[in-house]
Amino acid sequence: MTTPSAPAKIPVTVLTGYLGAGKTTLLNRILSEPHGKKYAVIVNEFGEIGIDNELIVNADEEVFEMNNGCICCTVRGDLVRIIDGLMRRKGRFDAIIVETTGLADPAPVAQTFFMDEQVGSRTKLDAVVTVADAMWLKDRLKDAPEAKNQIAFADVILINKTDLVSPDALAELEARIRGINPYARLHRTERAKVALDEVLGRNAFDLDRILDLEPAFLTADEEHEHDHHHDHDHGHDHHHHGNGLKHYHDEDMQSVALRSDKPLDPDKFFPWVQDLVATEGKDILRCKGILSFKDDPERFVFQGVHMILDGDHQRAWKDGEKRESRAVFIGRHLPEEKIRQGFESCVA
Amino acid sequence: MGPRLRGDDSKTNGNDETEYVPDTTTQLPSLADRVRPIDAGASVVGVHFFGAMPVFVLGEEALLFAAKDGERRVAIHDGGILASACDGTRIVTGGDDGKLIATDAEAHQVLATDDKKRWIDQVALGPDGAVAWSAGKVAHVRGKKGELRSFEAPSTVAGLAFASKGFRLAIAHYNGATLWFPNAAGAKPQMLEWKGSHLGVIFSPDGKFLVTTMQESALHGWRLSDGQHMRMSGYSARVRSFGWTVDGVFLATSGSEQIILWPFDGKDGPMRRQPKMLAQSEARVAVVAGHPRQPVVAAGYADGAVLLVRIDDGAIIEARKADGQPVSALGWDASGQMLAFGTEAGSAGVLTL
Repeated sequence: MTTPSAPAKIPVTVLTGYLGAGKTTLLNRILSEPHGKKYAVIVNEFGEIGIDNELIVNADEEVFEMNNGCICCTVRGDLVRIIDGLMRRKGRFDAIIVETTGLADPAPVAQTFFMDEQVGSRTKLDAVVTVADAMWLKDRLKDAPEAKNQIAFADVILINKTDLVSPDALAELEARIRGINPYARLHRTERAKVALDEVLGRNAFDLDRILDLEPAFLTADEEHEHDHHHDHDHGHDHHHHGNGLKHYHDEDMQSVALRSDKPLDPDKFFPWVQDLVATEGKDILRCKGILSFKDDPERFVFQGVHMILDGDHQRAWKDGEKRESRAVFIGRHLPEEKIRQGFESCVA
Repeated sequence: MGPRLRGDDSKTNGNDETEYVPDTTTQLPSLADRVRPIDAGASVVGVHFFGAMPVFVLGEEALLFAAKDGERRVAIHDGGILASACDGTRIVTGGDDGKLIATDAEAHQVLATDDKKRWIDQVALGPDGAVAWSAGKVAHVRGKKGELRSFEAPSTVAGLAFASKGFRLAIAHYNGATLWFPNAAGAKPQMLEWKGSHLGVIFSPDGKFLVTTMQESALHGWRLSDGQHMRMSGYSARVRSFGWTVDGVFLATSGSEQIILWPFDGKDGPMRRQPKMLAQSEARVAVVAGHPRQPVVAAGYADGAVLLVRIDDGAIIEARKADGQPVSALGWDASGQMLAFGTEAGSAGVLTL
């Protein structure tokens, strides 16, 4: 497109979370705090609690399959229409918040921003924020696949209602969440009380912001001490990630973290990753990575949702920066060995 | 990706694809300096004519009557305007205030209000003064005698169109379109099925074909006599604007970096035929409008250019220079003497030929 002065894209935050976890509480907090920003809010039809906001739209959560032969390419048809309509009033709001129903799969929402050119050219997905109920999430992870999807998909997770559970129970729940998604930002909250810049303006889907693929529980700037409680007898094998730390292994949802300090061959990597998401994309919820290609002075970054991949050169490798490739796949029943071997075969 | 457009009557891919030879014209004849500029002051989402007076539909609240001797702004909605239709004497608009409003040269009135204040995002005007609108899954139609009929579609109504003859309405939705005869009590609406999400919908002027735009970058069509499917694909983006050229010879469409014109002059429509592709540009075509009397089509581009294109030989005249502001509305008056257009950024203009 030849639009030199392309206007800034409106950021969209997706709020997910199982029924009763506290999405609406968080939403009301976002809308009522004095931040000087105006939000357009898209809520689901069943939201009954009053939300005081000028621009509020009821959505029907219509998940439409794309007729393109890709079995998991679904979009939210209602979002396509609503965002079309909202963009007629741009200037009236700074950002969009989409609240999904408790039973919703976040993937069609995210895919809408990649699959629809019109939506993607005007708005950008900022982050998927999942609110989890500290008391009940553990049970829901056992009996509700939606709840697990929402955890696996998240960029930011609020463990809410922490006042209702013991520190031990909380620590165990965190370890279970980490077993599914070690890469999300985790916050413990009561009444969804969290600094708003921890949930808004995260740029988690921005390719330029795939800065650090270290699992978040290893980073220093987390506000909680994470003692790693792995001593519970839970009957599963512990997984050893590259750093030697162990965590809970979830029976059907895992992450596979890959790392190589040898440069990769792009002519091997792209066919491999495209074939991987084409064959396993149904089970891969999210993936992202930073890659070092042979004879390439720039870092290549990519991310994906199910079968959709997006990638680009990000910036030049800095002097003294360790040129290593890292990637992570989060999904259901991932063939870990096959993925590892495939990745290793991409070494130049 | 180059254009790979073809009309198809099956799901299989053929090999008879066209190579497009880019237009190398550099200096276009221009009428841009004859345009009467209008500052709409807000995003323009539609344009209609009352006789020789253009009326711009703005993205929020108002219509702008742009008579030669003075402009008049009339606030009609309390919020965004989502859809509009015009029959030459009145403009009907649907808004995110849940209202359906009819405006003529003198006044405006509320025709309907959604009881849950849902968005009224589809409207259509039919022969004999019928008006149709939808909010969510429910389409409503009010006939000339004032009778109100409603139809609940299987999913949200994404497009509405009246047939040019008879009291018949097409409703686009997920997995197809429905033909509804609102006055045929007891008659089951006819569902035309095709997998996927159907958005815009249009009848051919002779009533023989129905065409939808889809969430995929494609059109789908049905020959109504026998339900024969027509797939029209190969666009670089979702098709958001389409309309007939004079006598319904071609269906002009946006969604590519040239105007795509599908031939509908034979009994098979565009099946197994190539579309005409005119006025190649670096920017994508955003809106199209066929001239009402001549084989000419106007197109507004995402870079702000508005071009008039003669269909027979592809000759181009420029009506607005590219300035980076996407064109968002385009329309001819009934005589074909005037073309009005507007952009997302709120600049508008009228060209008198």
